[in-house]
Amino acid sequence: MTPNLHLWLIPLLPLAGAAINGLFGKRFSRQTVSAVALSFCGAAFAWALFVAIRFSSLAVPHMERLAPWIRAGQFSADFAFYLDQLSLVMLLVVTGVGFLIHIYSVGYMWEDAGFYRFFSYLNLFMFFMLTLILANNYLLMFVGWEGVGLASYLLIGFWFVKDSAASAGKKAFIVNRIGDFGFLIGLFLLIKHFGTLTFNQLFSAIAKLSPETAGAGLLTSIALLLMVGAAGKSAQIPLYVWLPDAMEGPTPVSALIHAATMVTAGVYMVARSHVIFERAPSALTVVAIIGVLTALFAATIGVAQTDIKKVLAYSTISQLGYMFLACGVAAFSAGIFHLMTHAFFKGLLFLAAGSVIHAVGGEQDMRRMGGLRHYIPWTFWTMTIATLAIAGIPPFAGFFSKDEILWRAYQASWIYWLIGLFTAFLTSFYMFRLLFLTFFGQYRGELQASAHTAGHNPHDASAHGHGGIHESPKVMLVPLVILAVLSVVGGWVGVPGSLGGSNRFDQFLGPVFHNTTPALNSEHASAGETAPPEQQTEGPEPQTGHGTELAFTGMSVAAAALGLLLAWWLYLRNPELPDRIAASLGGFYHAVVNKYYVDELYAVLFVKPLVDGSTRILWHGVDQGMIDKAVNDSADAARELSDSVRHMQSGNLRSYAGWVAAGAACVIAYMIWVGVR
Amino acid sequence: MVPLSYYLVLSGILFACGVTGFLIKRNIITIFMSIELMLNGVNLSFVAFAAHWHALSGQVFVFFVMVVAAAEAAVGLAIIIAVYRTRETLNVDQVNLLKL
Repeated sequence: MTPNLHLWLIPLLPLAGAAINGLFGKRFSRQTVSAVALSFCGAAFAWALFVAIRFSSLAVPHMERLAPWIRAGQFSADFAFYLDQLSLVMLLVVTGVGFLIHIYSVGYMWEDAGFYRFFSYLNLFMFFMLTLILANNYLLMFVGWEGVGLASYLLIGFWFVKDSAASAGKKAFIVNRIGDFGFLIGLFLLIKHFGTLTFNQLFSAIAKLSPETAGAGLLTSIALLLMVGAAGKSAQIPLYVWLPDAMEGPTPVSALIHAATMVTAGVYMVARSHVIFERAPSALTVVAIIGVLTALFAATIGVAQTDIKKVLAYSTISQLGYMFLACGVAAFSAGIFHLMTHAFFKGLLFLAAGSVIHAVGGEQDMRRMGGLRHYIPWTFWTMTIATLAIAGIPPFAGFFSKDEILWRAYQASWIYWLIGLFTAFLTSFYMFRLLFLTFFGQYRGELQASAHTAGHNPHDASAHGHGGIHESPKVMLVPLVILAVLSVVGGWVGVPGSLGGSNRFDQFLGPVFHNTTPALNSEHASAGETAPPEQQTEGPEPQTGHGTELAFTGMSVAAAALGLLLAWWLYLRNPELPDRIAASLGGFYHAVVNKYYVDELYAVLFVKPLVDGSTRILWHGVDQGMIDKAVNDSADAARELSDSVRHMQSGNLRSYAGWVAAGAACVIAYMIWVGVR
Repeated sequence: MVPLSYYLVLSGILFACGVTGFLIKRNIITIFMSIELMLNGVNLSFVAFAAHWHALSGQVFVFFVMVVAAAEAAVGLAIIIAVYRTRETLNVDQVNLLKL
């Protein structure tokens, strides 16, 4: 008898908060609104902690059924929840980081007129995200999947009077539709061939199938379609374009949705579907290639951005690429590990960036910052920790997860590793560039222009009537500090064997990913496999490999350090050098600054034909030309017909009498005719 | 004995006269009289059939028709008087307030 943990409470508590704030929040004071939002979100976090404590006594996977939902013939999908190590990790990350960001938002959004609306949306997002994580079938997962898309849309376009924010929201929604379309078709294929979407039934059915090593079969198509969905949600090539624009939303939203939680839903989905992916090696290869290319591509764009949030956005895309690379080389637990550490340090980076923006009165351009470490020391130190973490400097969290991914990628192919390593260098470079530009040197903005020599700033920043540069309130700093601590220690749960740890994270997630693993590892075999062939084909790498692994770890650290040094040399020692380099690079630099013109390319390739086609053919042609015309024409015809008949009803009594007489005559004539016949 | 068809032809002629008068006359009283003429044409055919078939029901119907005609005459004449008082005309073509 497994205990009933009432898992349904976890998603429904934030929903209740969203409902209360959404319906009545307008009349509440700000204090009440934040109390409601924080208590419901915090309750969900507390319940998740409770579940985590009870977790060891559970039979995993633990399933709970709340209510029946769809029954159609053989097919059924319920409101039911599925808890295993994977969903537990996600659960803790989402509720924990989510709760911290809720706290932060209280300070960040305090002045905003839409305060209650913001928290209602934020809680709504939590509800859908937790539904996504806890669902025990793909259909319920899809509900959460769409729901987070909705919440993301609402929050990106939160300042909807701003045109760019409104269109960024639409862009995110539409690009996600493309991915969801693939996801849905994948689900239809699953229903058609397996008759169920419930995880345990589905996976046990698929586990009996053998891997599709040659060619592309059913599982490969399903896996690729699911990957389309994941690429949309997790901003991978070619569907990543919405994420940078999503920075139009308030900064806590960028931290919560577009860095820590929602965008990782794709990774979670792929990891959850690992049974399918493991049996479709060619799909896995596609996942790995997409991941590694996205990582590199986004990192190069990030190098040249000047908007502090845009740098972080491209960095997010790049890090998500790492996670997909990990999934693509069947190192799912490494991917989830990076997901977790990334949630900590990227959430922290965004929150700290928000704190910076808050401090300098809404400025987001790094060229107009600088020297801020004296003014906002707390933000500076937390952001430094996060930067060290994302750059992969030991012993911060990002080091362990990224190193794990690179090592596993190397075991699959040295090309993945090489690109990954170069990306790690770029990551380190652009993150320290951000740090140096923002916090070091001299202040180049206009906020306290009298106290500083802002002469060499060629741009005219519009003066903000915001007082001087100031540190954020405590309510914003506390989450920063907590996340900073997590960014330091978060990686220690997964210290690899080569560094004297035992990679407990990998072992914890082991049961999820190893039980059903087919004998696939011939694909990604590492030399000297010592584990038993059946169960632990993916177990910890053999003892003999530690020397090699250490060497690779050293190279990752060296790449990160090199990035740091380069950034230091370019932006602190020789601040005029970057411009000269940029000038000498010419066209390539412009391409990078303009994000390789991908948006423009998509505009020409897809958006414009679609808009033109919709305008000319569908709107003017079909809608106005056929549908409207049919309605109007039938109305016209009816009017003309009745116009001619109308004159019979003249109001002249004698003409009526004439009609009656004529009618009577007709009847008589008919009867006579019948009688004669 | 006069054959049935004679009565019927006479009845038809009366009815046709009534219809014609109803359609072509403009004076509302003449129209009213034409209606009476039609009713009486029908009455004639009723009694003719009643006599021919030795059935009393036809004659009973005639009484009904005469009662209805009397009532109609009373109401109709009252309306005509009312119309004349307000419109000062008996020409139906000028009583056309309801016309489109």
